[in-house]
Amino acid sequence: MLAYIIRRILYAIPILIGVNLITFMLFFMVNSPDDMARAQLGAKQVTPELIQSWKEERGYDKPLFVNPQAEGFAQVSDTLFVKESLKLFTFDFGFSDSNRDIGSDIKERMMPSFSIALPTFMIALITNISLALLLVLFRGSMLDTSMMIVAVMIMSVSGLFYIIAGQVLFSKIWHWVPISGYESGWDGVKFIILPVMIGVFAGIGSGVRWYRSIFLEQINQDYVRTARAKGLSELKVLFGHVLRNGMLPILTGVVVIIPSLFMGSLIMESFFGIPGLGSYTIDAINSQDFAIVKAMVFLGSVLYIIGLILTDISYTLFDPRVKLS
Amino acid sequence: MKLVMLWTDMLVWSLVIVLFVWSWVVSRNPQVKKTWHRIFKSNIAMASSVVLLFYLLFTLLDSIHLRLALPFEAQKSELVAYEVEMVSLLDLIFEHNIQNTERTYSAPFATVEYTSSIVVDEHGVTKQVYLPLKYVSKKDDLIQESLFALGVGLAVALLLVFLHIWKREKSRFILACQEIIRGESDLPWRTAYGTFILLVVAFTWLYMLSYSYHVLGTDKVGGDVLYQSFKSIRTGVLIGILTTLIMLPVAVILGVSAGLFGGWVDDVIQYLYTTLSSIPGVLLIAAGVLSMQVMMDNNPTWFETTIERSDLRLLFLILILGITSWTGLCRVLRAETLKISQMEFVTAAKAFGVSKLTIIRRHIVPNLMHIILISVVLDFSGLVLAEAVLSYVGVGVDPTMHSWGNMINQARLEMAREPMVWWSLFSAFVFMFILVLAANLFSDRIQRVLDPRNKT
Repeated sequence: MLAYIIRRILYAIPILIGVNLITFMLFFMVNSPDDMARAQLGAKQVTPELIQSWKEERGYDKPLFVNPQAEGFAQVSDTLFVKESLKLFTFDFGFSDSNRDIGSDIKERMMPSFSIALPTFMIALITNISLALLLVLFRGSMLDTSMMIVAVMIMSVSGLFYIIAGQVLFSKIWHWVPISGYESGWDGVKFIILPVMIGVFAGIGSGVRWYRSIFLEQINQDYVRTARAKGLSELKVLFGHVLRNGMLPILTGVVVIIPSLFMGSLIMESFFGIPGLGSYTIDAINSQDFAIVKAMVFLGSVLYIIGLILTDISYTLFDPRVKLS
Repeated sequence: MKLVMLWTDMLVWSLVIVLFVWSWVVSRNPQVKKTWHRIFKSNIAMASSVVLLFYLLFTLLDSIHLRLALPFEAQKSELVAYEVEMVSLLDLIFEHNIQNTERTYSAPFATVEYTSSIVVDEHGVTKQVYLPLKYVSKKDDLIQESLFALGVGLAVALLLVFLHIWKREKSRFILACQEIIRGESDLPWRTAYGTFILLVVAFTWLYMLSYSYHVLGTDKVGGDVLYQSFKSIRTGVLIGILTTLIMLPVAVILGVSAGLFGGWVDDVIQYLYTTLSSIPGVLLIAAGVLSMQVMMDNNPTWFETTIERSDLRLLFLILILGITSWTGLCRVLRAETLKISQMEFVTAAKAFGVSKLTIIRRHIVPNLMHIILISVVLDFSGLVLAEAVLSYVGVGVDPTMHSWGNMINQARLEMAREPMVWWSLFSAFVFMFILVLAANLFSDRIQRVLDPRNKT
């Protein structure tokens, strides 16, 4: 088990190097360090010396991929790409354009994001699965058909609509919850309720359809017929057999996103003024702060890869047929 | 008049040509024809495809760009001079709406401005009054005009429907009409014609009233919301279709070769898509769009007018979306190719010495068609919705371009107003909802018919 995990982590390294390469190319090939220095220092009174010193200060004076002045291995290692990548691998994200430490910013903003994303995720998971089971229990009935039509309609509405409509109805007209803001601890619950509810509702259409199709695929299997032939009640078949066997495809889709919950949701957080990583990213995009975007890309892919590894591990826990090899 | 082609126009028209060629090929293959026949046997599929065609029509109308000749007096020499700005056919249809720009917000069918302004009257007293709108006629009766518009719409729609029936069934026209009304025709034409009549009537009503009112109100700078909503159709549809079109060849070629060749090819391709898909989609798009912005700022010679600029930006956005979205399909195609390549008929073909290319063309790609088709229609609705979110994040289409995302984004800032400015939001969401709902319903039907797992 441990050996497997270690091997998977080692396997993740080339992927992260690839991720770095992509962001690095987007970052530096189009937008050279000289351009960045000029943009940062302001268009006026920029002398070549100023640019040079700015680049040296940030370590941007090295060549991009190959350093012809160095000897041997240093030809490749003493370059901007390797240096930047190594910094990222040690989770040293450097400083943003406004000279704030990105690493500590991220640490600070992780919890607000998580406090929205985790309840949304959990409640959505439970509602979607129970609704899907209900529909599978009454499959082919009027309830099933009409709910499926409603699900397609819910799916077809832009997520922005739910947010705007929710804010107008619950905050502006009925004044049930504050329109936006955030507080940590139990006082913050009133800020969290609305975004969580909207998040759950917006995903209910596609979620229920997905789980329903998984369960329907199971329900035509031979083992279900056998279970029914044994005389088990439909409910027992559903919970004891269909749900259990449906867990595998559900795990594939669900476990992988758990670590990414820390990343938060871009639009949700910026609409509700939550100081999480999602709104952090949006602010960075709007102010064209590439250092933050790069850090978030790296963080996002690390979390995704952790999710992939977790998926594999959870497979072995739920399916004895799968052996890690 | 002079025809001008924007980059995206070229892509749209080449897509139309591809579609025609494809449907010609399909119509020659009886088996595929039968499958399509089965797809359209459902009422929902018929209705939603009519809606989709309606949106496509507006996209195409908006994809023919012209440069009008300058008026005769302005001509300096024998050579005809043209205006710098280009207009599309849709702009010509809605010309009155472009010119009738008000000062600021006004509600749908309103006759006065939405906000009151302070005026000094002839006695020197300052008053708060709601100024009348400039381009709204007050003497016309709304109901009378609506009835007239509905009547015209109905007449036009019925004429077109009868023409279509006449074209299909010349010999037994009356009989065919009876069959359709009773719902006994082979395909559910009744639903299709019903949807068509509904759409045409709704459009004529909106259009004819738009001459004397701002049917859906005006935005902050007095632009007509109805016109904006129709202009946004092109942006939404283009992002939905062209992105898939761009990513399809990449996904198919890489997916099939990974599954078929195995070995290091498989490893490299798997590495590629794992890497790309491990980056959160919005961030990759954002990073791409930010770099693109810098690149376009550094190369101002690439475009002459704002339309060309926003068009180029749309093209880049589509490219970036295409690059980020091929991974999912590629993974599925690889798995499916692996499965197919181990089947007996492929082994037999190999044993006969059939070349690899022929195997791909004859045996593998035809068996992947259903997956490709399902993913095209499934992705479409997702991309249309994504456009709105991306424009909100600030990495969508150019702010000067008409798009539902931009409409929502601008209207969002006015949410705090009392009473609310709701019509821009409402129009954008309704136009988007109809398109996405139609696409989702259509893709459901395609999935049900084509997916072999659904055969019972």
